[in-house]
Amino acid sequence: MSEEDHAPEAGTLYDQARWTDDGEYEPLLAEKGTSEVEIGDDSPLPDELTRDSLELPDLAEPELARHYTRLSGMNYGVDSGPFPLGSCTMKYNPKFTERAAADPNAAVHPDRSAESVQGTLELRATLQDYLGRIGGMDAVTLQPPAGAAGEFTGIRIAAAYHEENGEDRTEVVIPDSAHGTNFATAAMAGFDVVELPSGEDGRVDIDALEAAVGDDTAALMLTNPNTLGLFERDIEEVADIVHDAGGLLYYDGANLNALLGRARPGDMGFDVMHYNVHKTFATPHGGGGPGAGPVGVTGELAEFLPTPHVREQADGSGYERYEPEQSIGKVHGFAGNWLVLVRAFAYIARLGDEGLADASARAVLNANYLASQIDYEVPYGPFHHEFVASAGEQDAADAAKRMLDYGVHPPTTKWPEIVDEALMTEPTEAETRESLDDLAAAFDAVAGEDDATLEAAPERTAARRIDQVRAAREPRLSWQALDD
Amino acid sequence: MTRETRGSPYAPGDAADTEAMLDAVGADDMEALFDIPEPVRSDGEFGIDARSERDAARLVERTLGRNDDLTEFMGRGHYDHYVPALVDDLASRQEFLTSYTQYQPEVAQGFLQALFEYQSMLVELTGLDVANCSMYDAATALGEAATLSQRVRPVSGDRILVPDHLREGKREVLEAYADGPGLSVEAYPTDEGTVDTEGLADALDDDAAMVYAENPTICGAIEPELDAVGELADEHDALFVLGSDPVALALLERPADVGADVVVGEASALGAGTAYGMGAGLFATREAFLRQVPGRLVGVGEDATDRRAFTLTLQTREQHIRKERATSNICTNQALLALRTAIHAATLGPDGLVTLAEDCVTLARDLAARLDEVPGVRAPVNDRHHFREFQAHTDQPAAAVASDLESEGFAVHVVGEHRVQVCVTDANEPAVDRFVDAVAEVA
Repeated sequence: MSEEDHAPEAGTLYDQARWTDDGEYEPLLAEKGTSEVEIGDDSPLPDELTRDSLELPDLAEPELARHYTRLSGMNYGVDSGPFPLGSCTMKYNPKFTERAAADPNAAVHPDRSAESVQGTLELRATLQDYLGRIGGMDAVTLQPPAGAAGEFTGIRIAAAYHEENGEDRTEVVIPDSAHGTNFATAAMAGFDVVELPSGEDGRVDIDALEAAVGDDTAALMLTNPNTLGLFERDIEEVADIVHDAGGLLYYDGANLNALLGRARPGDMGFDVMHYNVHKTFATPHGGGGPGAGPVGVTGELAEFLPTPHVREQADGSGYERYEPEQSIGKVHGFAGNWLVLVRAFAYIARLGDEGLADASARAVLNANYLASQIDYEVPYGPFHHEFVASAGEQDAADAAKRMLDYGVHPPTTKWPEIVDEALMTEPTEAETRESLDDLAAAFDAVAGEDDATLEAAPERTAARRIDQVRAAREPRLSWQALDD
Repeated sequence: MTRETRGSPYAPGDAADTEAMLDAVGADDMEALFDIPEPVRSDGEFGIDARSERDAARLVERTLGRNDDLTEFMGRGHYDHYVPALVDDLASRQEFLTSYTQYQPEVAQGFLQALFEYQSMLVELTGLDVANCSMYDAATALGEAATLSQRVRPVSGDRILVPDHLREGKREVLEAYADGPGLSVEAYPTDEGTVDTEGLADALDDDAAMVYAENPTICGAIEPELDAVGELADEHDALFVLGSDPVALALLERPADVGADVVVGEASALGAGTAYGMGAGLFATREAFLRQVPGRLVGVGEDATDRRAFTLTLQTREQHIRKERATSNICTNQALLALRTAIHAATLGPDGLVTLAEDCVTLARDLAARLDEVPGVRAPVNDRHHFREFQAHTDQPAAAVASDLESEGFAVHVVGEHRVQVCVTDANEPAVDRFVDAVAEVA
C-alpha cells in the first residue's frame, strides 16, 4: 500500500505527531535506560524482609519531560478535535474546574474528623442536593467511583430492599440495546439476566416486557433516552408494569445529558439511578478515568445507601457523617472519587438551571443536525443527544479508521447490534455548526470511498492500522515480556 | 451575583446558526426537539443559580476554605508523598487529560504506551507476570481478587480469609463483591500487627478459596513470615493475595518470591497525594490467570508498517463484549492516576524510589522513638519493623488526645480506646518537631 494513494485532500486536516526511532515509534522508558539498585547493608531493614534489588527506568527529568510530551503528541483528546464517541459524552470540559479540584483545601485525608472538614462535607451535601433536584431523587450518595460502580450500588440497593421485604427476587431484566455494564453488573450482584428484545421502533416492546417481568423480577435497568438516542415514550406504562410486578425501575444515567431541564428520572417513575457526573457535568475523561457514579434513590430506598452518608445536622450548625439504618455497606474503600465530584459541583454551580438546560438542548440539536447532514442511513428517530447511523455495505470499523484520516475521532462502532454496521454518534453540545459541518464532511467523504481505501486506513495518524487480533493471540503486556 | 449568560458558555452557537440548524432538522424551536410525553416533562426549575466563572470558582474556594488547616499524620491506606511538579505538568497535558478509553489505538498511542509502561513497572515491583491498567482503589481491587479466586480455583470453595485487623471499609467493599457469587468473608487472627501464622493455619481448610494479607499491614507493621502465609495458602489450593503499594514494593520482599498469586493495593501512593480517599487500585497476577483478569490490559502489537504499536487487548474478557459473562463490570477506571503513578515512579528512578521507601522505615522508627519518650505515650505498640506508620498507646483516652491535637493543628487516627495511629512520610516530615511538642503538650 502507498501512503499517497489514499491521502485525503482537504486543507486543514489534523496530522498527528509521529516520533520514530530505529523503525519503532517513541522508545519505551526502559529502552532509554534503566538502572538496577541493590538493596544492601545500609538498608534500615534486615535482609529477610527486603527484596534483593530493583530495576527501573533511570532518566533525567528533561528526558522524561520529552518522553511524555512526545507521547502526548501521539494522543488525541477532545481539545484536539471532535470526539463523537456515542454513549461516552466526550464534551469539552471547562478549565476552571481543574483549578477548583487543585484547591489545597480539597487535599484532605478521608479519616479526618467531621468537625475539621466542614467545607468538604458541605460541598458534598450541596452536590447531593443538586443531583437530587436534577434527577428528581430524594437522596443521593456520592460514593460510587464510576458509572458501573453506580450500577452495582443501585442493584445492591434493590437487592437489599427486596430482602428487607422478605422477597427472593432473582432476575434483572435488561433491554438488548443496553450498555454491557448493565449485564455485567447484574451478574456480579448475583442476579440472572433476562434480556429484553427491542421493538421494531427501537424502543422497549411492551408485550415483551410484560412477558419478561414477574415475581422473580428484582429490577428493570433502562437507559432513557436509550442507546439509539430514542426517548422511551411509553415510560409511564413501563414503570407501571415493573412496579405492578413488584420490581424496581433502575435508570442508567449514561444518557442524562439529553434530558437536563426537560425531564427527570424520578418523575418518570424510576426508583434508583446513577449519574455519570464525568459525562453529564464536567470531568475530562483522563484516558479512561477517573469518573464518578453517584446514585440517587427515592425516599423509600434512602435507608439503604452506602455508608458513610453526609447530611446537615438537625440544628443547622454544620454537617455530619452518618450510617443509614439499612446501609448496604460500602462500594469504595473511602468516599469515592472526590476530585471528580469537586469538578461536577463547580460545573453545576457555574451553569445553573438555564445553563444545564441549554447544554442539553444544544446537545440534542447538534445530534439531530448532524444526523440530517450525513450521507449514511440513519434509521429510527427523532434523536436525543446521539444517533446510530449504519455504514451499510461498508465495514463500520474500517470506516471509523478512515475517519481518523480526516482529522476527527470516529463514532462508536458496531454497537448497538440492532443496527447493521452501527456508527453510534454523539457530537455533544460542545461542537459549533462549523465543526459539525466538518464532521459531516468527514462522514460523507468516507461514505463515498471503496473498501480498499478503508482497509488501508488510517494513514495520517501516529501509528498505522494495528493488528489487534495478533496482539490478543500473543499477549505481550509488559516490557519484560518483550525480551522473551 | 453576576450572571454572565442565560445559556451554557461551553455550548457555542449564535442565534443565526441555531435558526439554520433548527430549519435543517425541521423543528420550530428547541423544545420541539424533545420527544418527551407531556406527563413526564418537567420545567427544569432546579433552583440552582447560574454564576460567572469567577463566582463559581470562589464558591468552591470559600466552601472548601471551611476545612481546618491541619497537618495530617494520617495514613491507614491513603498516603501523602510529595508529588513532583513534573507529574502535574505532564499529566495535565490536554492530549492525555481530555482523551478517552483507547478504543481507536492509532490515535491513542501516547496513552497506551504510558499505560503499558505503568503495567511494566508493576511487573518489576511485584515480580508477577501481568498487571492491568487500574481498578478504582485498593478495596475494589481486593474485591475483584476474591471473585477471581473463585473463577480460577479448580475445586469449589467459598471462604475468603482476611486478617482480623483489616480496615473496616475495605472489608465492607470485599463483602459487597463477595455477596453475589456467594463467598463468605472470614477473619483469621493477627499478632503484634501481623499474621498469626498458627492462627491462620487453624482457620484454613480446603474450602478456602483465598487468603489475603498485607505488607505493610494496616497497622504499619512489616510482615516477618510472608512465605509461611504463601505456603499455607498453597497447601489448601487457596490463592494468596497480597496487598501493598508501589513505594513499599520497592523495598519489601518481592511478592512473587513469597508465593503471591495476586497483588492488589493502592497505586496512588505514588502520584496522587491526599484526595479524600480517591485512589487507583493496582492489580497484578500470574500469567496462568491472564484470561480471568478484570479490567483493561494494554498489549504490544504491530501496525501496518510492522512497527511496534500498542493496543487494548484481550477485550473479550470485558463487559462491553462479554456482557454478563465478563470478568468484571469495570469500564471507566483510573487511567489518569495510573499515568501519574508511572510518571512519579519514573521521576524518582529506582534509586529515588528505594530511598523513599527506606525513608518510610526510618522516619516511622525515629518518630516512634521520640513519641515513646513522651510521658503518657508508648510507641510503637507492636514489636515489629514499621513502614510509614505505627500505633501508639496513650494513657489518656485516645479520642481526647486526638481532639486536643486538632486544637494544636494536627490530625491522627484514633484506633482504640487508648490507641492512636500515626503516619509519617516525606510530606509531613518537616512538621515532626512541632508534632512531637504538641503530643507532649496534650498527652
